[in-house]
Amino acid sequence: MAQILVLVDHVDGAVRKTTLELLTLARRAGDPAAVFLGSGYEQAKAVLGEYGATTVYLAEAPEFTDYVVAPKAEVLAQIAGTASPAAILVPSSPEGKEIAARLAIKIGSGIITDATDVTADLTTTQSVFAGGYTVTAKVTQGAPIITVKPNAVTPEAAPATPGEEKVTVTISDAARGAKITERVERAASGRPELSEAAIVVSGGRGTGGDFSPVEALADALGGAVGASRAAVDSGWYPHAHQVGQTGKTVSPQLYVAAGISGAIQHRAGMQTSKTVVVVNKDAEAPIFAMADFGVVGDLHAVLPQAVEEISRRQG
Amino acid sequence: MKIVVLVKHVPDATADRTFTEAMTTDRVGVDGILSELDEYAIEEALKASDSGDAEVIALTMGPSQAGDAVRKALQMGADAGVHVTDEALAGSDAVATSAVIAAAIEKIGGVDLILTGMASTDGSMSVVPAMVAERLGVAHVGFVGELTVEESGAKARRDGDTGSEVVEVSFPAIVSVTDQINEPRYPSFKGIMAAKKKPFETWSLADLGVDAGTVGAGAAWSQVVEITKRPPRSQGEIVTDDGDGGLKLTEFLVSQKFV
Repeated sequence: MAQILVLVDHVDGAVRKTTLELLTLARRAGDPAAVFLGSGYEQAKAVLGEYGATTVYLAEAPEFTDYVVAPKAEVLAQIAGTASPAAILVPSSPEGKEIAARLAIKIGSGIITDATDVTADLTTTQSVFAGGYTVTAKVTQGAPIITVKPNAVTPEAAPATPGEEKVTVTISDAARGAKITERVERAASGRPELSEAAIVVSGGRGTGGDFSPVEALADALGGAVGASRAAVDSGWYPHAHQVGQTGKTVSPQLYVAAGISGAIQHRAGMQTSKTVVVVNKDAEAPIFAMADFGVVGDLHAVLPQAVEEISRRQG
Repeated sequence: MKIVVLVKHVPDATADRTFTEAMTTDRVGVDGILSELDEYAIEEALKASDSGDAEVIALTMGPSQAGDAVRKALQMGADAGVHVTDEALAGSDAVATSAVIAAAIEKIGGVDLILTGMASTDGSMSVVPAMVAERLGVAHVGFVGELTVEESGAKARRDGDTGSEVVEVSFPAIVSVTDQINEPRYPSFKGIMAAKKKPFETWSLADLGVDAGTVGAGAAWSQVVEITKRPPRSQGEIVTDDGDGGLKLTEFLVSQKFV
């Protein structure tokens, strides 16, 4: 069987859940081969094998951390050139999309972004126009490059012992154009990552700037915190938490929208959520139309009461 | 300094967007506007021109009405516009689009900085800027939330999930910006009047020396198989909080096994 390359998304060897989802999808279409760029492989090794990587391509270069993504795209193109894969799966993150875009031009392949599913014959599913349509599509030129959204599939273990292939890296001057001169890490919130979370609790204008009830419910449910653009623009919550067209697109099992009216730009970011719960003072808020359950009421009263009741039930 | 801003004319997201029979985005039957996210790129270019001697050129590719996106940029304050249009372009994918845009940038010539939005609000792939960078062999910094334009390069801050990075590039370079970077200006009445007299060029594929056989639906490297309209979500139970809203909410969450 031909290989399906999976670009591993990791931070110093800590593999993100999306990678396991990509390995699971890759198994449908061929032999999953992980591409691990950067340091920390020893930490990643076990989990990549557990989720079915039969081969791991390893490359390490200081350029991966010193420059914006072009070096990674170059090495991935190099690996694709020798492995002749049947497809290349990349996480649909900002970085993943940029790598995929450069790769498409380098190796002459068609590209599909933001897939929510990939079949055995590499047909993709996408949700477009704010979730209004579902599109299936195929790449018709070269080895398909597909960027896949988080939560496309539930990761399934399929233990394998991957063969390791070290790749000798040569990086061109052209790939050293955007130099990273400073990096500031944000303090970890201890909550799950927004785009990967199974439960998301979001706050909007109705919070009045006080996100503590939203955070408390997220913590009671083990979820991530999201925010509407109105809340982010008001400076109430960081942009990294924005759900919507210009922020993150989330597709959790449960989405709680508190104090969010539901403009199309927001709905674009959460329309594919499985269950939607709405809490809003305004009974006319358009978001109620898509609620599986809704409470017309003040989130500052409803959310704390729910948090208290949840903790009582959980003893 | 010469700055090119890439702009796109898209179907209005608040309208009922749909597809053509050829399974491409319907760009004729639905009211179009300048992609909202491009306004931030235009504003960033105008800021550089306000504080220096930058010339700002708005560039688009698309059918005849796509010229409206360039006109809006001219009204906001861009100095000149270029509209690449050709019947052969209909149905082009991102790969072909990037080739045409790259050819147009080369024809404009002597460009230092290319600014774009973080995504279009229709296809929202976010890949064209990186593809153009790849074709032109220049650096690209995406998702920039703060930009300082200097004489021969720029400094950009981009915010990711786990932190921020400061990135430095030398010109020529492509920078795509988020909606966090600025507050785009509205065209003034004076700006609207002045826009009518600004240079506006329309180029065909032949003008760019791009072979029509390499673009359009027939040359696309991906193909839509099927499009289905998603059934609207049906509304579930809505209750009014009479002092027990939180309890009812919990009840629902328990019934769905989220608690």
